[in-house]
Amino acid sequence: MNLTGWHTVDATDRAIILATQEGLPIDPQPYHRVAEAVGIAPAEVMARMQRMLDDGVIRRIGAVPNHYRLGYRGNGMSVWNVPDERVVEIGRRLGALDFVSHCYQRPRHPPEWPYNLFIMVHGPDRATVEEKMERIAAMLGDDDRGHEILYSSRILKKTGLRLV
Amino acid sequence: MSAGWPQRPTKCFSAADVSSKTARAIYGADVDTLDRQILNRLQDGFPIVEHPFAAVAAELGVDESTLIERVRQLREDGTLTRFGPLYHAERLGGGLTLAAMEIAPDDFERVNEQVNAFPEVAHNYARDHRLNMWFVLATESPQRIDEVISDIEQVTGYRVYNMPKQQEFFVGLKFEV
Repeated sequence: MNLTGWHTVDATDRAIILATQEGLPIDPQPYHRVAEAVGIAPAEVMARMQRMLDDGVIRRIGAVPNHYRLGYRGNGMSVWNVPDERVVEIGRRLGALDFVSHCYQRPRHPPEWPYNLFIMVHGPDRATVEEKMERIAAMLGDDDRGHEILYSSRILKKTGLRLV
Repeated sequence: MSAGWPQRPTKCFSAADVSSKTARAIYGADVDTLDRQILNRLQDGFPIVEHPFAAVAAELGVDESTLIERVRQLREDGTLTRFGPLYHAERLGGGLTLAAMEIAPDDFERVNEQVNAFPEVAHNYARDHRLNMWFVLATESPQRIDEVISDIEQVTGYRVYNMPKQQEFFVGLKFEV
C-alpha cells in the first residue's frame, strides 16, 4: 500500500522485509542468505534494499547497541509545552543537541496533558539528564510553558515492531 | 488529522548530519578496543555489497572472519540489540502511534496483561507519572490504530490517550563507545 506517494513497496520488497526484520544473517554474504530465503537473485535483494534505503523505507542498515550496557543509564522521556507557532523552530533547534535521540511533535490532550513536544534525553545517570533538562529550559526561556520528565520504571513488553 | 496517518515529516537533517551527531563516550564496560571500533563503525551503516563484512573489516584493518566472530559475539551477549535494516514503519503504509493510560495502581497488573495481549502493542513501559503506562501501537493500516485503541478502552475500562507523531524533528543518535 502506498499512502504517501513517496514510495511503493511491492510483494517482493515485503518478502525481503519479512526475512530481515529480525536482523541480517551474520554471514560473509548476508544478502545472499536473504536471497535464498526469499527465492530471488542476490543482486535483486541488494538493488531492492538499496532502493528502500534511498527512499527512506529503510532508515539505515547497521547496529543498534544496548545503550544501558554502554553506560547510558539515565534515559528520560521529556515532554514540553511550547507555543504551537514556534514548535518547528524549537524542535529543530533541540533535535540538534548532541544528547537528544528523538524529537517529535505530538498532540496535546488538555487539560490532562498540555505537552506538545517530546524529547528523549540520554546520559549516564539521572542527575546528568536533569542538568540537560535545565539547559533546554534555559534555551527556551519564555517558550517553556511547562515541562516534565518521565522515567521508565519497568519494561512491560518489548517485542519489537512487526511491520508487515 | 486521523490517528496514526503517515505525515510527511519535517526533514531537517541529512543522513550525513545524523551519522556525525555523536554522543559522548561515557563508559566502556567490558568491550575492548576492537569491539569499540566495531560498535562505532557499525552504527554508521553497513554496506550493501556482496561481501559487506570483508569491506568493513578492511576499513578496520582486521580479518573478515574476526569481524564476523566479534559481531556474532556482541549480538549474542546482548551488547547489540539489533543488527540489520531499521525500517521506517509509516513509510511502509502501516499505522504507528504512542499511547498512554492512567491506571489505578491496584488495577495495573490486570490492565498490563490485557494491553500486552494485543499483538499490535509492540513496546510497553511503566513510567513514573500519573499517566503510568506508555506503549507503541503498530498496525497493518493507519485506520486500524483507532480500532485497536477503542478495543483497548473497552477491554480495560480506561481511557487511552493517543499521541501520534505529528512532526519528526530528529531521530537517531550514535552512542559512541
